[in-house]
Amino acid sequence: MKTLLIDDSKTMRTIQRSILSQMGHTEIEEAVDGLDALSKVGGVSPDLLLVDWNMPNMDGLTFVKEYRAKGGSSPIIMVTTESEKSRVIEAIKAGVNNYVIKPFTPDVLSQRIEETMSKVAA
Amino acid sequence: MDQSYIEPFIESTRNTFSTMFQTDVDVSPPEPCPPGGTGHDISGIIEMSGDVEGSVVLSFPIETARRVCSSIAGAEIGDDIESLSDAIGELVSMIAGGAKARFEGKLVSISCPSIVIGGQDDVRGPSGEGGILLPCTCDCGEFGVQVRIRQGAPVSDAAGGAIAG
Repeated sequence: MKTLLIDDSKTMRTIQRSILSQMGHTEIEEAVDGLDALSKVGGVSPDLLLVDWNMPNMDGLTFVKEYRAKGGSSPIIMVTTESEKSRVIEAIKAGVNNYVIKPFTPDVLSQRIEETMSKVAA
Repeated sequence: MDQSYIEPFIESTRNTFSTMFQTDVDVSPPEPCPPGGTGHDISGIIEMSGDVEGSVVLSFPIETARRVCSSIAGAEIGDDIESLSDAIGELVSMIAGGAKARFEGKLVSISCPSIVIGGQDDVRGPSGEGGILLPCTCDCGEFGVQVRIRQGAPVSDAAGGAIAG
């Protein structure tokens, strides 16, 4: 499984990379914001995207809308500090498949990834 | 400053540290922000806007910052200021994000974090208001959370609560 991590924090990308590796997923690419992700996503063709919300240049919600508008169909998990119900609904409407609130434990992120990929495979 | 805004920051700080690296945080009674700031070596700052506006500053002595950030990153960070700044930025985002979610019925946006190095953490609140310092201690050492916020402008003047960043 190929995963694209989109987060402006190198620390957070490192944490997510470590969790994915422990799950046996080692094909991982990184982008530092929504614009960077849009420029990379065509070449990477990820099976899963983990997307932060608050990022400079282009935020995660805008990225999700543009990715979906261009026909991108891979599952997206929003990983963010935005935890209000209204934000979650906004993200789901934009095309997010699942949602993880920061801070999170490795178990929570692993479960969401498995849950999301199982739904896609069903 | 409205004291009801303080408890969400205490809860969010504790939750962030216990979730990210299984460390309990002791929070001493809140006190007014000291004139001139805490003098800590490195600080992460988040601006809030919308129904609540102001700033949150998470500041550390450098040794505490190294220990905290190494724990979060899962690797020794040492003197790598870029990595320290990145980890502290992520931490203050989580604390601010967790606190704003506890402000019932309020729509608040947070900025991307900015980092200040060199003891300059005397951030002015809205209209120059004084703020509250939460003196904190964890296994890695002492640190501080400074909160300078107030109720924001009425919704009609607050850009519809649009999210920043």
